[in-house]
Amino acid sequence: MKKILSISLLSLLATNTFAGGYRISMQGQRQLAMGHTGVAVIGQNAESLFFNPASGTFLKNKWSFSAGATALVSNVKFQNSLYNWSNSTTNTGTPFYFYGNYQASDRFSVGLAVYTPYGSSVEWDQDWPGSHLVNNIDLQAIFVQPTVSYKITDNISVGAGLIYVNGGVTFNRNLSRSMVDENGNRSDVTIDAAGVSAWGYNLGVTARLDDYVTFGVNYRSQIDMKVEGGDAKFHDMPSFLGGTYTNGKFDASMPLPAELTIGFSYQINDKWLAAVDYNHTFWKAYDNLVIDFDNPAIATSVNPRNYKSSGTMRGGLQFAPSEKFSARVGGYYDISPVQDGYFAPETPRNDALAGTVGFTYQVTPKFGIDFAASALHFKETKNSYDHYIEDGTHVSFGGDYRSSAYSLGLGLSYNF
Amino acid sequence: MKKYQSILLAAFAFSFVACEPEFENEVTNESYSKGEADFTTYVALGNSLTAGYMDGTVYRSGQQYSFPNLLAKQFAVVGGGSFTQPSFSDDTNDLGGLLLMGQQAAATRLIINMSTGGPQNLTGTPTIEISNLQAKAYNNMGVPGAKSFHLLAPGYGNLANVATGKANPYFVRHATSPNTTVLSDAMSMNPTFFTNWIGANDVLAYALSGGVGVSQEGNMDPSTYGSNDITDRQVFASAYTTIVNTLTSNGAKGVVATIPDVTSIPHFTTVPYNPLTAEALGGEATVDQLNAQLLGPLKQILTALGQGNRINSFSKTEGNALLVKDETLTDLSQQITAVASQNQQLAPIAGLLGQLYGQARHASRNDLFVLGTSSVIGTTSTAPIFANVPSPYKELFSKIGVTFPLEDKYVLVPAEQTIIKTATKEFNDIIWAAARSKKLAVADMNAIMGYLTGGIRLGDGQWYTADYFKGTGNMNKVLFSLDGVHPNPRGYAFVANEIVKVINEHYKAKLPMLVPGNYPGVTIKASN
Repeated sequence: MKKILSISLLSLLATNTFAGGYRISMQGQRQLAMGHTGVAVIGQNAESLFFNPASGTFLKNKWSFSAGATALVSNVKFQNSLYNWSNSTTNTGTPFYFYGNYQASDRFSVGLAVYTPYGSSVEWDQDWPGSHLVNNIDLQAIFVQPTVSYKITDNISVGAGLIYVNGGVTFNRNLSRSMVDENGNRSDVTIDAAGVSAWGYNLGVTARLDDYVTFGVNYRSQIDMKVEGGDAKFHDMPSFLGGTYTNGKFDASMPLPAELTIGFSYQINDKWLAAVDYNHTFWKAYDNLVIDFDNPAIATSVNPRNYKSSGTMRGGLQFAPSEKFSARVGGYYDISPVQDGYFAPETPRNDALAGTVGFTYQVTPKFGIDFAASALHFKETKNSYDHYIEDGTHVSFGGDYRSSAYSLGLGLSYNF
Repeated sequence: MKKYQSILLAAFAFSFVACEPEFENEVTNESYSKGEADFTTYVALGNSLTAGYMDGTVYRSGQQYSFPNLLAKQFAVVGGGSFTQPSFSDDTNDLGGLLLMGQQAAATRLIINMSTGGPQNLTGTPTIEISNLQAKAYNNMGVPGAKSFHLLAPGYGNLANVATGKANPYFVRHATSPNTTVLSDAMSMNPTFFTNWIGANDVLAYALSGGVGVSQEGNMDPSTYGSNDITDRQVFASAYTTIVNTLTSNGAKGVVATIPDVTSIPHFTTVPYNPLTAEALGGEATVDQLNAQLLGPLKQILTALGQGNRINSFSKTEGNALLVKDETLTDLSQQITAVASQNQQLAPIAGLLGQLYGQARHASRNDLFVLGTSSVIGTTSTAPIFANVPSPYKELFSKIGVTFPLEDKYVLVPAEQTIIKTATKEFNDIIWAAARSKKLAVADMNAIMGYLTGGIRLGDGQWYTADYFKGTGNMNKVLFSLDGVHPNPRGYAFVANEIVKVINEHYKAKLPMLVPGNYPGVTIKASN
């Protein structure tokens, strides 16, 4: 009873699993429950393919499958006491994953990973005070990654994956802070791109340093999501601009930044496993969001983002008292890539502290059910976006932001 | 197994804790305070600037952005009651303007017509009928056109007096009785808080007319004043003091606003004194022709008369000055005609030269031109003196602002500006004194207007100026409506903000501010 109490207390105190920028770290229930560590965790289940492609050869079974989905609820609140502004938005997401691995030989394995590490859905009230920056955004991407892993020695494995990404974005904002049509409706634009595809790769090394300690490193390449011929639709335009701002196509590019993760796991004894990861994300690639309209009469929209590269520190602990049951707890601290003065309400995230918890119940030796829950606590921040240009002048929009996110996830694994 | 169920339950409990995050200091209505003021019943007294007049009229959608209506929304956060404004529900097509017994009595609102590029009255016939009497007092008692003493004048709301100009059509529409006064109707609302921004028309009317009126200094009977005259200082002081004493008689607190220096508004600052480039005149050949046939000889004549600096030859490379009639100059008509008669070439037109150029001079940077000048420059005058003038002289001498001097109503010459500045200062001194005696807050709109000409940067980073609409280059930040005198919705939000600041400081209140950038600017239409 004492043990249960401590877990539930932890779950209340701790906070989840949403990362800086528009990244969502929810690619496996077991590893999520350990603070989304995993680059050096081996011998678990097929989830490891996401965390390190080199880990396939360390899986215990010839066939390993794992699938899961998470219900994610995130809240963002905004206020500005100077102007009596208060807004909030609650958004849900359902990141999911599927992993499968086949040990072709003692030294070689092949696998397939499907997951959704990016997604950002924020829906403010239409025409809210920051509507000239964003009314709503929905960014989705699914990653499909075939992997191979090869054991160079009994203790060192290398792996590689080819990543195919298919994604889309819908983004709506008002055309300016004050433009209205003849009936007083605010003028807005929606840009919509679906089926945008891109390629990337994933490389990893796993090394068992001794019977207890494993080291892992994983590099994921930057992937540029290039939108060509997305749809731009203008709504409620005043008649004098209706002839210029016509519905048409646009091109844009958004980077999904490269990541480098290194970590260690420590098998303390039969029952306890600890893991730590450090993840560095090269967010610096996201300097501007540029939307180039095919219609030459519409000026290219350049929106400075000026992200800085940033890191996340992760840690987790697993307790496996029996074959049937294992419990996990973890957390991470994610440093926001958003710099002061670039705090745009489309990704209103500050530094985050996450707490995670979960357990696995092994129904049969082959079939297991995983649960994971997480809570993300973002520090309250007073920040602004100062790079909106209005008639040649930089105009600032900001206030106090506070976010939180919670998730509850279910996973299934089948190994034989 | 029971153990696992407990853990599952713990996980679910955890998910229900997932409520909204909290701010350390949550913004609610309790974050604000009324301080020493009581906003229960707010009444606004004033002229067009209080009524929400813009683009040359009051129209239904524009009235919503009157500064008192915007202020009342901020007051509502700290206990302010409902705020009513005169009904414009009969402005069916949102055109503004006025009808009197079915006949158009005032023009529709101004819009920018994209197809021609300039401001125009919106096409259509007004539906706002003056004789449609509401007989109701409102929280917004701003009456367009009212001067200080008008607020105390019985009959100012009498329909029967409209024809003689002794009544105000806007007040007629809502006066509670034909012989009531604006102030009396305002007091019937039992204000606990007021704004009083009256007085601008006591000097503005003179300025808007281009100085056509006169100063009524010494005339104590305002009923004898012409509509473009400047009110006598003592008449103003008496009216203003009465208004403030009455408003505060039941303990109401409020804000009084000073009179902006009207010469800094875009109505006077938009048209430059020297818009006549060679290109605008029709090419370099035209410049040569004007210099040879008119300006050269005229300058010679005036030089002979010791007034050679009145006229200059035109340049091909720089903007040339407008020709104006300055009534402060010695009239040299006869002398010009006399000198011209000596010249064989000029003799046939010697009389015309005298008539046209006796008080003519080229404008300098010290002259201010009213906004309407831009639409007459270069057009042909149909003045009676041209009736018997033959071609080609008729064509040459009738170009307004180029060869035909702009009349007094288009220009404020330095002497007229001095009269305006003096009157403005005197009236503002009276306003300050009245405010001091009743410990009222003062919104120094005169000072603010002065800063605005140089640019004021608000908290959001935007710079606002007193510029007129310039096209897409400033459409998101222009504060003035197309009449060049009154603010647009964004400008009224700017005004409301300045008043909020004054209230917060003087009455130790904490009212939320407005963001002018979020309010509409001028209306632009694809066609008209």
